This record gives sequence, structure tokens and C-alpha cells, in this order.
Amino acid sequence: MTRLAALVAIAVMTMSVGAGAGLAAPNPADLEAELVCPTCKTTLDQSDAPVARRMKQIIRTRIAEGATEKQIKAELVAQFGPGVLAEPPKSGFDLVAWLVPLGLLAGGAVGVAAIVWGWSRRRPEAGVPAPVDPELERRLDDELDRFDE
Amino acid sequence: MTGTVQRVGQAIALVGVAALLGLFVWKVAFGNDTGAADELAAGKSVAAPAFTLDRLDRQGQLAIGDLRGKAVVVNFWASWCVPCRDEAPVLQQTYERYRGQGLVVLGIDVNDFKEDARRFMRRFGMTYPVVYDGKGSTVGKWGVRGFPETFFIDRSGRLVGERIEGAVDIERNRSTFERGIALALGDAP
Repeated sequence: MTRLAALVAIAVMTMSVGAGAGLAAPNPADLEAELVCPTCKTTLDQSDAPVARRMKQIIRTRIAEGATEKQIKAELVAQFGPGVLAEPPKSGFDLVAWLVPLGLLAGGAVGVAAIVWGWSRRRPEAGVPAPVDPELERRLDDELDRFDE
Repeated sequence: MTGTVQRVGQAIALVGVAALLGLFVWKVAFGNDTGAADELAAGKSVAAPAFTLDRLDRQGQLAIGDLRGKAVVVNFWASWCVPCRDEAPVLQQTYERYRGQGLVVLGIDVNDFKEDARRFMRRFGMTYPVVYDGKGSTVGKWGVRGFPETFFIDRSGRLVGERIEGAVDIERNRSTFERGIALALGDAP
């Protein structure tokens, strides 16, 4: 019975630690690297524009109020549009921004593989001697015979 | 087989080059990087670029087309913009002085927090209509290069006078400002 109680206590503690990790306050520096200043188009951590300074201030205020990273980003997108996110969202039309480079990379890899495969197929063919012109062969034999004499 | 692979590779490369060329031609032919301000400066007759935006001074939306028949002073501003504070009283006085003649001052609050903008409007006693453009969707079409900037629209909806970059200032550009108002009202020769 004591062992069971100890196991339950450990399970409860583990769950509380897990829940606490999920509610950890966002790091302002991380958010500033993931959000873009709408006037200068650089990330907030790289910008000292007045609107960027105000956004940094709002981010810190919202973190102090207990807002999550997702909430803060959603609020800024509501004010300034999706262009405020340094990385486009992985949903809807914006998914194209992720899929196109991946598609190009995959296409490039297939292309390189096809070229390499083509070269590897060509190499044995290069070893097969081309048929010699009979007239040329006869003249060569004559020359060699003359050399032997 | 190798020849087929080569031909497919060449075809893909050609399609890629053609697509890039097409994008370039499209950008040159239809890309509008200059905005209305540059066309106005070049002496062209330019219609005020259209927009429909949420209002900050009250509920609802306002389209620039709703103001057809009125002279309009369009002012791009933001609450974080220091020179905007200097000119806010001048714009409010202009609105009060000329509204009887059919002139409207229209503020476009760009790249700003709504609550900051409303606080700014209360602080400077702004009573003229203000719309909110948080995403900056009007900036490219109008050719706005910084804040504040001011444009003038006549009663037919065309841009007139000169765009004023920076705060409206008694010493620096008051004559340009007053001429813009006169042209918008149709009072200038």
C-alpha cells in the first residue's frame, strides 16, 4: 500500500512538472528573433525603429501578463498582418513558401541522381573499342610488316 | 536511355528558365513599384489609389471613394512617429477651418497599435476621420516613403498639388500646404 502511494505521488509530481514546462513564460529574445518590424522589414532584435521598440515593449508587457508565445504572435498578426512573422505559417497558401523550396531541392536531387546514373551507364560503353576501318587496319598491318623487315 | 535522361533534364531546365523569364517580364510590365506619389511628381494626372479600411474614430469602414465630391487632405501617420505629434494640431485646425467649404482631413494610421493610435487621437483632440492600416497596405500604392506624409485630392478624386514629406510646418512648407488645399477645393488658378 505504501509502495502504491509512493508511485501515485511520483506520477502526480511528474505530471505537475510536465504541465509547468508547458506553461513556461516565452523568452522575449526568442520572440524578437521570430517577429519582423513592419516598417524596416528586419527582425525586431535587429531593429531600433520606433515601431520595433514599441513592439518589444508590448511583448514584454504581454509576457508579464502571462500571455503565451502563440497568443502574442496572434495579437501582433491581428494588428500588423501575417507579414510580421519572420517565418511564414505552415498552413493555407503560406504552405507554398515551405513546399516550393523543398520541391526544388527534391527535384535537384533527382536531377543529380539521374545525371550520375547516366554517367555510370556510359562508362562501360567507353571501354568497348570502336570498329576499325578495314582499309586502315590493312595499312597498319603493312606498316608493321615493313617495320619488322 | 542516357539520351532520354539528358533530354528530360534539358526540358526541365528550359521550362525553369522560361518560367523565370516570364516572371521577370510580368514584373516589368505590371509591377507598380513607384506608387501614385512618383507619378504625381512626374506631372501626371493621378487618381487617388483606392482603399477601404476600418475606422478608428468610430465603428465601420471608410473607402476613399466615399469622399468623392469633397476636397481631401490625406495624412499618413503613426503614434510612434515624433514629427506626427508636431503637425497633429495643424491638421485639426485645418479641418475645423475648411470643413464648411467641403474639405475633409483624412488620417491613415499605418503600422501602429490601434490602442496607441486612439490614445494619440484623444491626446491631440483629433475629430477628423481616421482609418487604420496596420499592415501598411496603402503604403506601396500611394508611394509613401516615410511618416508623416500628406497628399491632396480634389473633388473629382484626383491627386493635386505636391506631396508633403515630413510634418506640415509653418516655416518649411506652409505655402505648399496652403496651395494643396486651394487646389483640392478648386480655388487655385
